[in-house]
Amino acid sequence: MSEYNIIDHEYDVVVLGAGGSGLRSAVGLSEAGLKTACISKVFPTRSHTSAAQGGISAALGNMGEDDWRWHMYDTVKGADWLGDQDSIEYLCKEAPKAVIELEKYGVPFSRTEDGKIYQRPFGGMTKNYGNGIVQRTCAAADRTGHAILHTLYGQALKHKTEFFIEYFALDLLMKNGECKGVIAWNLNDGTIHRFRSHITIIATGGYGKVYYSATSAHTCTGDGNAMVLRAGLPLQDMEFVQFHPTGIYGHGTLISEGVRGEGGYLVNSKGERFMERYAPNAKDLASRDVVSRSMSIEINEGRGVGKEKDHVHLHLSHLDKNVIEDRLPGITEAARLFANVDVTKEPIPVVPTVHYNMGGIPTNYKTEVITVNGSEKVVPGLMAIGEAACVSVHGANRLGSNSLIDLVVFGRAAAKRAAEIVKPGTPHESISESETEKCIDRFDKLRNAKGENLTAGLRLEMQKTMQSKCAVFRTEKNLKEGVDEIRKTYDGMKSISVKDRSLIFNTDLVETLEFDNLIRQAITTVDSAYHRKESRGAHAREDFPKRDDEKFMKHTLAWCDGKETKIEYRDVHKSTLTNEVQYFPPQERVY
Amino acid sequence: MVQINLPENSKVQKGHYYKDKTGSKNIRKINVYRWDPSSGENPRVDTYEVDMDNCPSKVLDVLNKIKNEIDPTLSYRKSCAHGVCGSCAMNMDGKNGLACTTSHADIDGDINIYPLPHLKVKKDLIGDLDGLYKQYESIEPWLKNNSKNNNDEIYQSKKDREKLDGAYECIMCACCSTSCPSYWWNGDKYLGPAVLLQAYRWIIDSRDEDRKERLQKVADELKLYRCHTILNCTNACPKGLNPAKAIAEIKKMLATT
Repeated sequence: MSEYNIIDHEYDVVVLGAGGSGLRSAVGLSEAGLKTACISKVFPTRSHTSAAQGGISAALGNMGEDDWRWHMYDTVKGADWLGDQDSIEYLCKEAPKAVIELEKYGVPFSRTEDGKIYQRPFGGMTKNYGNGIVQRTCAAADRTGHAILHTLYGQALKHKTEFFIEYFALDLLMKNGECKGVIAWNLNDGTIHRFRSHITIIATGGYGKVYYSATSAHTCTGDGNAMVLRAGLPLQDMEFVQFHPTGIYGHGTLISEGVRGEGGYLVNSKGERFMERYAPNAKDLASRDVVSRSMSIEINEGRGVGKEKDHVHLHLSHLDKNVIEDRLPGITEAARLFANVDVTKEPIPVVPTVHYNMGGIPTNYKTEVITVNGSEKVVPGLMAIGEAACVSVHGANRLGSNSLIDLVVFGRAAAKRAAEIVKPGTPHESISESETEKCIDRFDKLRNAKGENLTAGLRLEMQKTMQSKCAVFRTEKNLKEGVDEIRKTYDGMKSISVKDRSLIFNTDLVETLEFDNLIRQAITTVDSAYHRKESRGAHAREDFPKRDDEKFMKHTLAWCDGKETKIEYRDVHKSTLTNEVQYFPPQERVY
Repeated sequence: MVQINLPENSKVQKGHYYKDKTGSKNIRKINVYRWDPSSGENPRVDTYEVDMDNCPSKVLDVLNKIKNEIDPTLSYRKSCAHGVCGSCAMNMDGKNGLACTTSHADIDGDINIYPLPHLKVKKDLIGDLDGLYKQYESIEPWLKNNSKNNNDEIYQSKKDREKLDGAYECIMCACCSTSCPSYWWNGDKYLGPAVLLQAYRWIIDSRDEDRKERLQKVADELKLYRCHTILNCTNACPKGLNPAKAIAEIKKMLATT
């Protein structure tokens, strides 16, 4: 303990993470006059929002009639009726405002002939409640995330947000079920920092790296999710993991859905456009879970391409050269670098690849974290936004381009709510040292771990288990094996080995702390999947192929202490926020 | 005659040699710059024998293989692994680039890996970019437009939007600035190609109303005119952008307004 130099800070609000949602909330908080710290383990523009390609959805109606209610219907249906419709109403209604705001911040959106924001078709986005395709996804070529992230960082600089960059957050400071701040390790000089705050906003992103093949960055380790688990709070709907249909075969690099939005299509070894069979109306623009499953069936039934017949082809060489040049320059570069393919001449080899976590920290539409103890209860002092959160607008399956809009709408909402709750400069109450000691104790133990198992070895074992036991199609037997195997990997941590004992940029220790975070989420994911005995959205059980609304139109809540989990359920919100729109009752989901 | 020597603690020493333990027939030697600020020791170059039969195609894959299987203490930045976040910029075979998009097959012989040149090193391959980030902040990278109408977007013609192509894509990896001799010598005052490209991105945005002030702000002997059109920046850019041209455009605008 005494070895560590602890530096104290006091802020009205602390934001963990500086991706799209963290930055958007930080901008709003600074605007509202709240003293705000934004902590990030990477420089803000390195966050994974930068990798988002295709666009950001909002019913602007720049390219034909549109209505936020249609967007809401599409999102409810895409979510396979697991989304909370009050939150979805909020998302879709606020979306146009949030995009206009981004434009005014300076995002270099592509333009229409009359100078408006360009919008492209995207999977599951329809007009008039499922009747025909609508152009709703606002795009900056195929670098929309990059353009938004850099612009938001600029806005945060404009509003003089205080950044703590290359600080690795360790744990939340909790007192009687309330969050009072966070502890972080400064990688630059090795010091430990204790941030006291009235509200802590978790914006730490997803945890794609529990899988072997993912479009996610190395840094997508869901650190905030794991902090929430260690604080004794549950995560929600963790079994819902989105496989993006088009990750580059063998490398996992994302190829935007925008390619299919602009007219690209998938083909099997027989040269057949197979999506016509699975989704006669939407075809290649059906929602992602549907397309990924269809591809997996084609591959499983022997119609895959390549030596191993284990992937399919994405064709875009028939598209106008100008379309490729103007609207898809980024994926042209990615295909050349990672698949050695010239997209104007050859198809891209693609395979369903882990891409997004619908599950995360449960919140209400105001982004306040909730838990269940008899009924839904708000956790005072704690908010969550972005991919880390499960608000839940994406339910069992997220539609493409609904994640970027989720980031900015709920980033904005968090700042608004915080400004309502916190009076700038309110003094902080005292907290006992025991929380700090608990956190430093875990840190110090891992730093000095002298076991046999290299972190990278355990991580690989976890990733392989998740990839083979908790993938696109799941069965009781497979999941049970997953439940057991993942615990063996967890046990391997007892003898984990860290070779670097230093405190400055000790990335051996960073990766070990990240692994400690990942493994807890892997356990909650496979356990939640095991207990959901139905098929819904991204969770496809071969042994329970039908959706079961009676038993399972419910959110899974999973608590996890080490390898012990507790699974409970809470009802999906079956009402809207206002009477501007009616509740959409469950229907059969066909595209 | 005055003799000028480098300080004792800056001399790079010969480091450890990690022999292959896999028995592979396809071995490559990877020489990596190492420095741990906590050790009090001089920098060194460690050599790793790496089994290339079981290694994917990029230099980042080689580094990951070393970190995961041979020496977990090696430190470098990495994130997206497909050339959009700019974390893993470093000097490979004498050239700046992103480790995640550079193929090791394109490098002959042993692979020499160093941090980006002329930066303070934080540890191993991790360079100190704080100065560059401060300079980025100094050009006020946000849209300045006083239109009061909050409900409508600001229209921009396709032609005006096109001007941003080649400028907004910058990932701030610093490959360009740290390849520039002018930036090496005057990095505290000269803004360097990365930041000037960003300045240019806002100067030419048709929606921005602060064009003149922005131009005046960079019109400085040191901030801008330290560029001597060496063009290393454009050669180094892993995204195929042309910062040298952007700088030339700024100079031209200043000369003609």
